[in-house]
Amino acid sequence: MTAFDLQQYLDFAYIAAVVLFILSLKFLSSPTTARMGVLAGEIGAALAVIATLFTPGLHEYRWILIPLMIGAGVGVPLGLVHMTAVPQRTALSHAFGALSAAMIGIAEYYVGTAPVTRFEMGEIALEVIIGSLTFTGSLIAAGKLQEILPQRPIVYRGQNIVSLSVLAGAIGLAVALVVNPPNALLFPIMVIVALIFGILLVTPIGGADMPTVISLLNSYAGFSAALLGFVLNSKVLVVAGALDGSSGFILSVIMCKAMNRSFANVMFGAFGQVQASAVAGKEERVVRSATAEEAASILSAANKVVIVPGYGMAVAQAQHKVRELYDALTKKGIDVRFAIHPVAGRMPGHMNVLLAEADIPYDRLVEMDEINGDLPQADVALVIGANDVTNPAARSDQSSPIYGMPIIDVDKAHTVMVIKRSMSPGFAGIDNPLYYLDQTLMLFGDAKQFVGAIVRELGGGH
Amino acid sequence: MPADFISNLYVFILAGFVGFEVIRRVSPLLHTPLMSLTNALDAIVVVAAIIIAGRHETRLTTILGAIAVAASFSNMVGGFLITDRMLRMFKSRSKQQ
Repeated sequence: MTAFDLQQYLDFAYIAAVVLFILSLKFLSSPTTARMGVLAGEIGAALAVIATLFTPGLHEYRWILIPLMIGAGVGVPLGLVHMTAVPQRTALSHAFGALSAAMIGIAEYYVGTAPVTRFEMGEIALEVIIGSLTFTGSLIAAGKLQEILPQRPIVYRGQNIVSLSVLAGAIGLAVALVVNPPNALLFPIMVIVALIFGILLVTPIGGADMPTVISLLNSYAGFSAALLGFVLNSKVLVVAGALDGSSGFILSVIMCKAMNRSFANVMFGAFGQVQASAVAGKEERVVRSATAEEAASILSAANKVVIVPGYGMAVAQAQHKVRELYDALTKKGIDVRFAIHPVAGRMPGHMNVLLAEADIPYDRLVEMDEINGDLPQADVALVIGANDVTNPAARSDQSSPIYGMPIIDVDKAHTVMVIKRSMSPGFAGIDNPLYYLDQTLMLFGDAKQFVGAIVRELGGGH
Repeated sequence: MPADFISNLYVFILAGFVGFEVIRRVSPLLHTPLMSLTNALDAIVVVAAIIIAGRHETRLTTILGAIAVAASFSNMVGGFLITDRMLRMFKSRSKQQ
């Protein structure tokens, strides 16, 4: 077979891969077909990789097969992490994706006999800048999620000016390279400046904003792969990158809407700073508390219970106890559903995965918009480890920093029970008027122990 | 402007629209697996890395290519693996009984 024929077969393999990739995402529309989506994606990827190994002109298979083995050796343990660690794993994989896109872009600058044209230089520079900043930015995000780095926003005076000047520096160097592509000295400096910008971009962002940041980094990683497709004239990369990029972009928009914030506000607004007024003017208000026994008897008398889990539930490792509570209540014929806020957890959809892991059926997990209409009919809303997403001040108090954020309307339920360690405010440091309502009972204690105690009380009732 | 750029732009725009329409329909229930799956699909850059590494043009480009092969292939393997692990956990009530 001549090289030309082989190239055509390669193209057919890539086209098949692209079709399978789109089908893969289409199967993900429902949990019943989703696993077929993984299979479709795997077949597509395997086809493309195997076909590529037959590309004419490859002669150093050592440099391919050893890295492939190393990649598999790193990938398998990263595919087996615990479900609570999925956000940091995801951030790390954005870093890897961006790293490889940046590396290929850099190699493409140095490779080849003919010097790059100005147009190619522009493409490469843009691709390498986005890839590099996504690499370091994702590493910082992974570090924050893994709690190697402090979760709180790290801010200093004039931060935005410093960060934006660094970005301007990288763009300036890129422009200089486009004007004079063979200026090889400037290229590594541009890469370093872009790497620094990635660090500066994510460091000031706090843990509560991670779902948005991780989605944005997802989008950058995808678009850098698509840009690489432009550089290499590879349609399969353009398509895969466009799919990944648009997915990350859609998720970022959903996350921003769920927090009623703009992209600019997330990236440059450091969440921790605006709360000074929220704590002031607080008077002594009374809260009512209840024991596990009282909570159990109220739950037993209910017909409809809505459980609102937050990240605190996962931190307390309480999801398996929550499953026992679900079982105990369901056995009594009580309708139990879970209200899922889009930003519950540390990445989009994280809470669903944590509850699915605890064997809670997915048809019991209900999105915020859907459950809010039903909450006035709920006898009990039980809040476990969630705070700001239940704060009615977001609806009514214009001075609240979270005013306008969509919330789960637990205050409309007949009785509200909140499991909480103490009265200290939540992640964002905002006081929650929900706790002082007449129908609210505070259940003070560790989420795992308290839910366990309620389950024991329910079991003992027989 | 090179002709390749224009045809790639067509592909990019159309794929962007397809992506938008397909991903909009993904249940919010599955947004975490969606992210790990798209991540695994995006790891298809491994094909470009294989070509850079295997052509062995200069020592620098070969090393850069080899790093890219390892990084993207780890995403491909790990991404599919964890996506499938997550999706296996999603069970409906009828399936459990």
